[in-house]
Amino acid sequence: MIDNVYLSDISRGILKENPIFRLVLGMCPTLAITVLVKNGLGMGLAVIAVLTCSNVVVSSLRRYIPEQVRIPCYIVIIATFVTIIEMVLQAFVPALYDALGVFVPLIVVNCIILGRAEAFAGKQPVLRSLFDGIGSGLGFTLGLLVLSLVREVFGNGTLLAETKMAVQLFGANFEPMRIFAQPAGAFIVLGLLLALTNIVFKRLQID
Amino acid sequence: MNDRLVISSSPHIRTVQSVRSVMVDVLVALGPVVAVAVLLFGYRAVVTMGVAIFFAMLAESLWLRRLNIFGDGSAALTGLLLAMTLPPDVPWWITAVGAVTAIIIGKQVYGGIGNNIFNPALVGRAVLVVSWGSRLVGPIWPQPKPFHFLADISAVTAATPLAGEAEALGTTLSQIFIGNVAGCLGETSALALLLGGFWLLYKGHIDWRIPGGFIVTVFLMGTAFGGGFYNNSLTTGLFHVLAGGVLLGAIFMATDMVTSPVTPWGKLIFGVGCGLITMLIRLFGAYPEGVTFAILTMNALTPLLDKFTIPKKFGEVKQVA
Repeated sequence: MIDNVYLSDISRGILKENPIFRLVLGMCPTLAITVLVKNGLGMGLAVIAVLTCSNVVVSSLRRYIPEQVRIPCYIVIIATFVTIIEMVLQAFVPALYDALGVFVPLIVVNCIILGRAEAFAGKQPVLRSLFDGIGSGLGFTLGLLVLSLVREVFGNGTLLAETKMAVQLFGANFEPMRIFAQPAGAFIVLGLLLALTNIVFKRLQID
Repeated sequence: MNDRLVISSSPHIRTVQSVRSVMVDVLVALGPVVAVAVLLFGYRAVVTMGVAIFFAMLAESLWLRRLNIFGDGSAALTGLLLAMTLPPDVPWWITAVGAVTAIIIGKQVYGGIGNNIFNPALVGRAVLVVSWGSRLVGPIWPQPKPFHFLADISAVTAATPLAGEAEALGTTLSQIFIGNVAGCLGETSALALLLGGFWLLYKGHIDWRIPGGFIVTVFLMGTAFGGGFYNNSLTTGLFHVLAGGVLLGAIFMATDMVTSPVTPWGKLIFGVGCGLITMLIRLFGAYPEGVTFAILTMNALTPLLDKFTIPKKFGEVKQVA
């Protein structure tokens, strides 16, 4: 479909191997923080940054990391970047940092990042790993955005709340369906979206 | 003569029952409960039941792309059961959302009738309770106005007996038994619920073990731990059985054929478990009532209960290792 190997690295992460809808990885932050679009976007950007950086470093060190201790090495690399991102968030967007809470440090053990390091960056050249990191990160962000959009609109009745572009979607008499803002609603919405993507992928025969 | 010698594969014994006939029987069993609800809460009860049944049937026929809106009657029953668990003054749009949720999330996503893990009506109610809690679980309830069909019931409000203010209301056990108390549409009258329950027992659609285990457990727990907070003449276990949704849940919800165990011991454990969780929530939990969550929790355990309580086949001996 796409000839360029770098473009296909990106599109694979977004579509065929979308971390949320196809691989179902990184579910803890996905379910926990997608209450508002703002949180979903913030988490997505943080993961893009960490994933891209860690993929590049893991890939460039792939000839020097011994096979037997590769997982601890990957974790050290990932944790380094997570710490940087954490400090950046805390310094420049403290409100978002508070909203994401424990899930920022938990990016260290996010399955997507370790998964890409293990399955891709540890074996592929640096440039391809860079694009793979961007693609998977974008796919993850896309999933978070869709999920948080549904949950915010129905569970809160707003769009882009807590930002400068906040919109109250429904009238003052609207009583939001609170379950969407709660953990149970996260599971229901994720399940429905997974079913929907399965239908779409089947119809389009992407697999 | 030759007809009698036809040899075919099983099944050899067929029943005249169909999904539809069972559903109609249960709808008939709900007759007294519906009648009491209309007597007590007037036109609001009719509106809530009508909206719930209509939206449940509509959601099912749209999902199945089927023109016959009544179908096998299961959607209508789910809608009516959902309406029974709602307060009389609930806005119609909440009822509609609950009915659609019950059919789509509670039943159809699992593959339709017979495949659902959880009781659809209770899934609908649980979603509503979590979403619009203040409108569904009190603390303000409309007081019933018997025989005033057009009365505006939301004018006078009162706490339900379960909220622990029974003595303040002067509610007596006989009032709770007949049903002249505040509460959800279908849960107030123990008398009407028992009538429906005996009809279902007579027709063989429910087994005594589930409601029996449920009610006896609630009674024992209420007698043992019901003191303290409820320290007046209504402290008895009998109060806990009659007030709130225990009878409605035990007779009409927990006994749902699809979501309850099929083995005798499984049914008994299922009923006792429902009673235990209900009383734990009532006595020690944040919600005044716990029947919904108790039954949903036990629904999740149903496959496990069935697996561990398979009865011994006739003639079966213990395998020697």
